[in-house]
Parts: sequence; structure tokens; C-alpha cells
Amino acid sequence: MSYDATFRVWRGDATGGDLQTFTVEVNEGEVVLDVIHRLQASQAGDLAVRWNCKAGKCGSCSAEVNGRPRLLCMTRMSTFAETETVTITPLRAFPVIRDLVTDVSYNYVKAAQIPAFTPGPRDADGAHRMQQVDVERSQEFRKCIECWLCQDTCHVIRDHEENKAAFAGPRFLIRLAELDMHPLDVLDRREDAQDQFGLGYCNITKCCSEVCPEGIHLTDNGIIPLKERVADRRFDPLTWLGSRIGRRPRS
Amino acid sequence: MELERHEYDVVVVGAGGAGLRAAIEAHENGARTAVVCKSLLGKAHTVMAEGGIAAAMGNLWPEDDWRVHFRDTMRGGKMLNHWRMAQLHAQEAPDRVRELEDWGALFDRTPDGLISQRDFGGHRYARLAHVGDRTGLELIRTLQQRTVALGIDVYMECTVTRLLTGPVAGGGAGEEQGITGAFGYWRESGRFVAWQAPSVVLATGGIGKSYKVTSNSWEYTGDGHSLALQAGATLVNMEFVQFHPTGMIWPPSVRGILVTESVRGDGGVLRNSAGNRFMFDYIPDFFRKETAETEDEADRWYEDKKNNRRPPELLPRDEVARAINSEVKAGRGTPHGGVFLDIASRRSAEYIRKRLPSMYHQFKELAEVDITAEPMEVGPTCHYVMGGVEVEPDTAAARVPGLFAAGEVAGGMHGSNRLGGNSLSDLLVFGRRAGLAAAEHALKHTGGVALPEAALADAARAALEPFDREGGENPYTVQQDLQQTMHDLVGIIRTASEIERALERIAELRRRVADLSVEGHRQYNPGWHLALDLPHMLLVSECIARAALERQESRGGHTRDDFPATDAEWATTNLVCVLAPDGGVSLTRQPLPQMPPELAEIFEEVPG
Ligand SMILES: Cc1cc2nc3c(=O)[nH]c(=O)nc-3n(C[C@H](O)[C@H](O)[C@H](O)COP(=O)(O)OP(=O)(O)OC[C@H]3O[C@@H](n4cnc5c(N)ncnc54)[C@H](O)[C@@H]3O)c2cc1C
Ligand code: SF4
Ligand code: SF4
Ligand code: FES
Repeated sequence: MSYDATFRVWRGDATGGDLQTFTVEVNEGEVVLDVIHRLQASQAGDLAVRWNCKAGKCGSCSAEVNGRPRLLCMTRMSTFAETETVTITPLRAFPVIRDLVTDVSYNYVKAAQIPAFTPGPRDADGAHRMQQVDVERSQEFRKCIECWLCQDTCHVIRDHEENKAAFAGPRFLIRLAELDMHPLDVLDRREDAQDQFGLGYCNITKCCSEVCPEGIHLTDNGIIPLKERVADRRFDPLTWLGSRIGRRPRS
Repeated sequence: MELERHEYDVVVVGAGGAGLRAAIEAHENGARTAVVCKSLLGKAHTVMAEGGIAAAMGNLWPEDDWRVHFRDTMRGGKMLNHWRMAQLHAQEAPDRVRELEDWGALFDRTPDGLISQRDFGGHRYARLAHVGDRTGLELIRTLQQRTVALGIDVYMECTVTRLLTGPVAGGGAGEEQGITGAFGYWRESGRFVAWQAPSVVLATGGIGKSYKVTSNSWEYTGDGHSLALQAGATLVNMEFVQFHPTGMIWPPSVRGILVTESVRGDGGVLRNSAGNRFMFDYIPDFFRKETAETEDEADRWYEDKKNNRRPPELLPRDEVARAINSEVKAGRGTPHGGVFLDIASRRSAEYIRKRLPSMYHQFKELAEVDITAEPMEVGPTCHYVMGGVEVEPDTAAARVPGLFAAGEVAGGMHGSNRLGGNSLSDLLVFGRRAGLAAAEHALKHTGGVALPEAALADAARAALEPFDREGGENPYTVQQDLQQTMHDLVGIIRTASEIERALERIAELRRRVADLSVEGHRQYNPGWHLALDLPHMLLVSECIARAALERQESRGGHTRDDFPATDAEWATTNLVCVLAPDGGVSLTRQPLPQMPPELAEIFEEVPG
């Protein structure tokens, strides 16, 4: 049932660090986060890691397991052979703070730059009426738990710090798509998507969709439709006119 | 001493639903507002809530209104709720939910395009506004996005370790003692920070991490409860801890993780190892009139609520948790010591995946169980604390001027047992009220407070103590021992002798905590953080144990094996905790506020 595994965990801070090797017990049904917690409790009390829900709901425990962006709480130990060395490193796209904890403030800066949700008026009786089919498109993107795994994966920023200023990353491209498809929102953010958030940098490799633990189809359902709508806007003089006079253009 | 200083009107401690709603309201009422939280923004416990927000909007059942919701809430709490809180909650929840739509929330819809509502335990009508089974995520993201849009300052990964008090000038009443600010540390760097402010809103959530099997995260160490006590405020109803009937039990590493009540609300049933729907054997007299007697009636209720009564699986949580406990004790449990929760044989796979996507995912990934094809194994898990800071219902004000509390950290609203879905609505209703009152208080006292320098130095010294000691015990071991103690001795079923043993052990743990030492340095050091959380956990555990020992009856989330019945005298008595001069907890009995006759009448006119 239980066995001893070999774990290599990156330890260090902004000034540098290295992989440290631990031998640690693993029990039936455990996930990588359980093993990290056992290390904290028994061998490395100051090992830094983020977590909250331990059930794939909060997006706190993101790191790289054998080089792949993963949620530590949803990566089962049974996916590795007992003899396999498991290597845990911090998210590579963000600066390290300590051990497995990185500085993800880039994401919070981008989030704050997106023009806020702006609803149209309520119906006379005070309700907003929307059909289920119409809310579902945006609901898919609102499943996002902000784990930043897609941001970590996207090649535009993964090893290109210099692109961060001009590119908001897949998470925020789908936030823009979500607002664009939101049945109540009346703002047009298409120009911003292109000019301020770097929609054009994305060349649709779909790596972001592959790592998303929520199974969100970032590229197919979010980024590509957004790109199409931006193209529409740029070439359709009527849409252009519509947005000039402050009404929401219907695609 | 190196210390970062800030000045605000209102400092909100906590960025869950209650804290963010309070901050939004304080900001909109002109207060310079800051939010402080231990995790990153958007990761607070609220994100985990699954089932929904209870609000009598009447979108599916026009018969529903605040009076029915009020009645259900009071009955669920076995009438120990503060009537005024329950009233405000039921009246204001629908508006609080609707306003989330103006901030971008997208709830599931009815065929008419209105917000859909689902069934939950203890609620007479389908009442929970929801988004699949990730309602908490929708709520926190909406409030987070609103907070960011308003430009409110957020101090994330920052822990408050002290509330500061001192003389407060202004407000016409001359000088009084009250809140002057808060002190804490940045988790990232370990550096200290102080906020000067005449109003502090506590919205720190619960205490579940003091128990071994819990649905709660590392954040739930009872900080707000403890900070309030230490600042001179009172806690009420601390003996009432909710054990949610359905937590995962297998494999061991996921033990305690929540299985939402929506599984039962959407048609799931509980069975023992013999395959019986045992809940029919556990219907208490108090709920007999409103509970189905046969499986047929129970099954018809989902479609026709007028002519049928509720399935017993949807009794309030305390009843269901105790029943599961008894079945397992009687030897009718599952291989891993729980009972079966079966929705697979009752609803189509497509329906289950649509209504319960994250449960489907959770069981598939963590337990290798396909809930559309096989039953789940579940058992009780420590989930929610009904007890909390005693507050004025209308303003959420604690007994210390300038201190407010809302959300799970506040007490009174849920009486002896909370109904599912009533927490998210509580956060919104009382978060807003707390933010409003905190802003009003602050604007009266702007410039009237100063940071108490001696207290700041003392707080810094106390925080660094664990580094000064060498060779002491490791904080993780002490935490595990506390969790085991509370689990074994102050759990679902309690007796005087066990609670007394728990109190002895807590005293011993307190000595051990005073001797802890931690490895490493101040930068992002979880061992140190835990060492600073432990005194809060012990203080709150002591409150729970003392109140549990004192209340010699069984009611809601407090079951005494040695006093199994409810008691008429206790029905009108609250237990209130204060900090004694020696640092211990002392208890006083206080009469329960009595509701006015026009509310009492509701219990007669609304049918059972
Ligand atoms: C798995 C699960 C499912 C649930 N499902 C439902 C449901 O369907 N419906 C429902 O109504 N309820 C549900 N609940 C209950 C509900 O989610 C919680 O009671 C509620 O979210 C608590 O919100 P809050 O705002 O009071 O606190 P939280 O959301 O827990 O926020 C607490 C905040 O305080 C901060 N904090 C704490 N201590 C400090 C400190 N010392 N310094 C600085 N910051 C601090 C934390 O960092 C956090 O930001 C569920 C609970 C769980 C665990
Ligand atoms: S599809 Fe676009 S956003 Fe996604 S990873 Fe590729 S380049 Fe990045
Ligand atoms: S889109 Fe998916 S991968 Fe990206 S942050 Fe959200 S949940 Fe994580
Ligand atoms: S701890 Fe919440 S997603 Fe892993």
C-alpha cells in the first residue's frame, strides 16, 4: 500500500536555488500535494507552497510536475511508477518568491486593466432576463479558477518576459471573450483586445487549452471567435459606425 | 522596528464573500477602504462553495417569500437564531443576489430567463440561485472583479495578528475606547505592516482546521474569532459546529472533502450497506409533519411540492449527520466506514454531468469513482461554525466600538444549525450591512485614532518569538494533536467526561505552543505562519469545548450523549464567551432575544 518515493523539489528564492532530493512515504490514493505536506510536516517545515481547497477548485497549488504545469492537488501519485523520481518546480513563467511560490502579480495587473463589466438596464420588473443557451458561452469562461497554468504554458510569455507588457495571456483573452459574449454587457472591447491586450500575439497553438484543469476550450471557444469578431470590426464600416454612436453592435 | 504604515477609514480583514461585499459597500459610502487577506485574491473559502445562494426570489415557486425563508431558517436553527438577523437575511437576500447580476454574475436560468433555483435541505421551496455546482466561484469572482473595478486597495497574502485598540475621539460622545487599527505581516517577506483605521470589519470565516476531518482549508484557523475576543468583544453560540453529512471518506487523503448537498437536492439518496434508504427511520418529531413517509411520496416531491412532502434525505444537516453516524455505529456502514450516496441509479448520466459537473470531476479524479454509474461513499465532515462574534443585527457591530463582523465569523444568524445555501446569502446581506456601518462609524471618527506604539512593538515581538526559541517542538505536530483531540472528544457526539478531557489536553497544548520553535527565516515560511495561527486555534477550541460542556442538552450542531433531548430552558438561553483577565475563556448565560408577535405569527400561518 505505501512505499517510499524519491522527490526532487526546487528550493530557493529570487537569488537562486536548486533541486533537493527527499525520500518520502506515499500512501494509497494520495496526490502530489499530500506528499508535499508530508515533507513540510516531517522534513522541511519551511517549504513554501500555495494551496487552499485541495479539490481543484481554487487554483492555488499550481506548479510544474516533471516539467508540466499541473495542479498539485489534482495530480495523483498513482500516475507515476513507484520507482520514478518526481520532480516539482515552480511555475516557470513567473519570478520565484520562494520554493514553489511565484510572484503572479502580472496576472492581477492585467486583470485590473480590463474595462469592467458594464450592464444594460434591467427589465421593468427589476429582473435581467437571459436564456440559458445565451449565458452558457460566457459561463464556460467563468469556470476559470485562475490557476495561471495557461499563462505559464503560453509560449508568448513563458520564456519571453519582454512580451508581458503587450500581451495579457490566454486567461485574459478569454476574459475579454467572456465579456464580449455576455448577454448583458454593452461595452465594445475589441479594439482594446487587439491593441492593449495583444490578441494578435496568439498564433493559436492551443497549448493553453491542453493544460486547463477546468477543461475550458480557450482557443476554440474563446480566442478564435474573439479574433473573428475583431476582424469583423476592423473591416465592417457599419459595425464601426454602430460603436461610434454608442450602441452595442450585434456582431 | 521596521514597520510599513497605512491609514484608512475602514480595514476589512478577509476577502471572501463577506469581506469583499463589505469593502464594496464601505467604498461606495465614501470610506477609504482596504482589504487584507491571507491568500491571493479570489482564493478564499467562498470560492469552494458549491450548491448555491438561498434567496426567496420565487422564480420557480411564486408561493415562496421572505416569510417562508425566515421560518425555514429559524426552524433549521432550532429556533435559537437571532430573529432579527434571520429576518433581515430573508428579506434582503433576493436583492443581494440580483445586484450580483449587475456586476457580471451569470446564474443558471429558468425557462423564462430568470435566475434558476434549486432544492436544498430544510428549504421548503427550490430556493438556491446557482451556477452548476460552482456557485461560490461565481460569487467570489463577481465580487473580486467589482472590487478591482472600484480600485479598492487589496493587501493579499498578508495576515493580521492583532487588532489595535485605544482612545477614539470624535463622534460627539467624547472619548471612548475602541478600534484604532490592525497589525500584521506579509507572508511573502515576513515584514510587518500596520493599518491605522477607526473601523475594522472582521470577515475571516471559520474554524474547521481545528478538526481532523474537515471540508475547510488551512485558512480556517479561527483568527477572527480569536482577534475579536482579544480585543474585548464576545462570541456567541460557540458550541454549535456543523458537521456536513456528506464528506468524501475514501481514499484517506481526500477524507473530509465536501460532497455538495445538491446531490441530494437533485435526487440523490442515502443508503446503508443493506441497500435501505435509512433516513426514513430517523425523522424527528419536530420535522415529521413536513417530511415524506414513503419513498414514493419522497420521489414525487421533486416535481410536485404542493401535494407531497420533502424526502428525509433533505432534513437539516444535523439530523442527517447524526443518522449516518448511527448507521455506521450499528454496523451498517460501507467498507470504508460511511454510507452510500446514490444518484447514479436515479438520474441520467447526462443530467448528473450537467447539474453536478465538479462533483463528477472530483470523484473521477480523486477517487476513481464514476458517480453516473456507481454510488459514492460519504460520511460526516466538520464544515461550518454557527458560533461567532456577537453582533448588533442591523449594523453587524461587535461590542467594541469600531469593530464589525460579518459572514461565518459572526454568530447568531444561524442559531444551532445553518441551512445549506444560507451562508452565501448571509455573506452578502451582512457583509453589506457591516461595510455600511463601518463607513459611517469611520467617517464620524476620521483623524480621531492613533496607532498605539507600545502595542505595535509588543505585537512584533510576539510574532518573532518562535524564531528565538531553539530545539522546541514542531508546529505541525501540535496542530495534528489538536485536530485529533477535537475530532475525538468534541466532535459530533459529545459527553461531559470527554469534553473535560479535551479541556485538559487543550491546556497542555497551550503549554506546548508556548515552547514551539520554527526552522528557516521570515520569508514565505509556512511553519512560522502555522506557529502564529495555533494560539488562535487553541483559544477558539477552548470556547467550543467550554460552551459544549455547559449546554446540557442536544440541539442542532451540538449533540450530548448524556443529555440527548432538547431542553425548554436552554431553548431561550445563549452562551456567550469573553476573555477572562488570566487569558482563559469565561462563559455567561444570556437570554435569547425574543421575536415580536408579528414574526411569531409566521410560524402558525405558514403551513408546515
Ligand atoms: C466545500 C464547501 C462548500 C460550501 N458550499 C456552500 C454552499 O453551497 N452554499 C452556502 O451558502 N455555503 C456554502 N459553504 C459555506 C460557505 O462557503 C462559507 O461559510 C463562506 O464562504 C464563508 O465566507 P466568508 O466570507 O465568511 O469567509 P471566507 O470566504 O472563508 O473568507 C475568509 C477570508 O478571511 C481571510 N483571513 C482569515 N484570517 C485572516 C487573518 N488573520 N488576516 C487576514 N486575512 C484573514 C482569508 O484569507 C479569507 O480571505 C461551503 C463551504 C465549503 C467549505
Ligand atoms: S493558443 Fe494562443 S494563447 Fe493559447 S498558448 Fe497558444 S499562443 Fe498562447
Ligand atoms: S483558463 Fe484554465 S488554465 Fe487558465 S487560469 Fe483559468 S482555469 Fe487555469
Ligand atoms: S489547492 Fe485548490 S486547486 Fe489545488
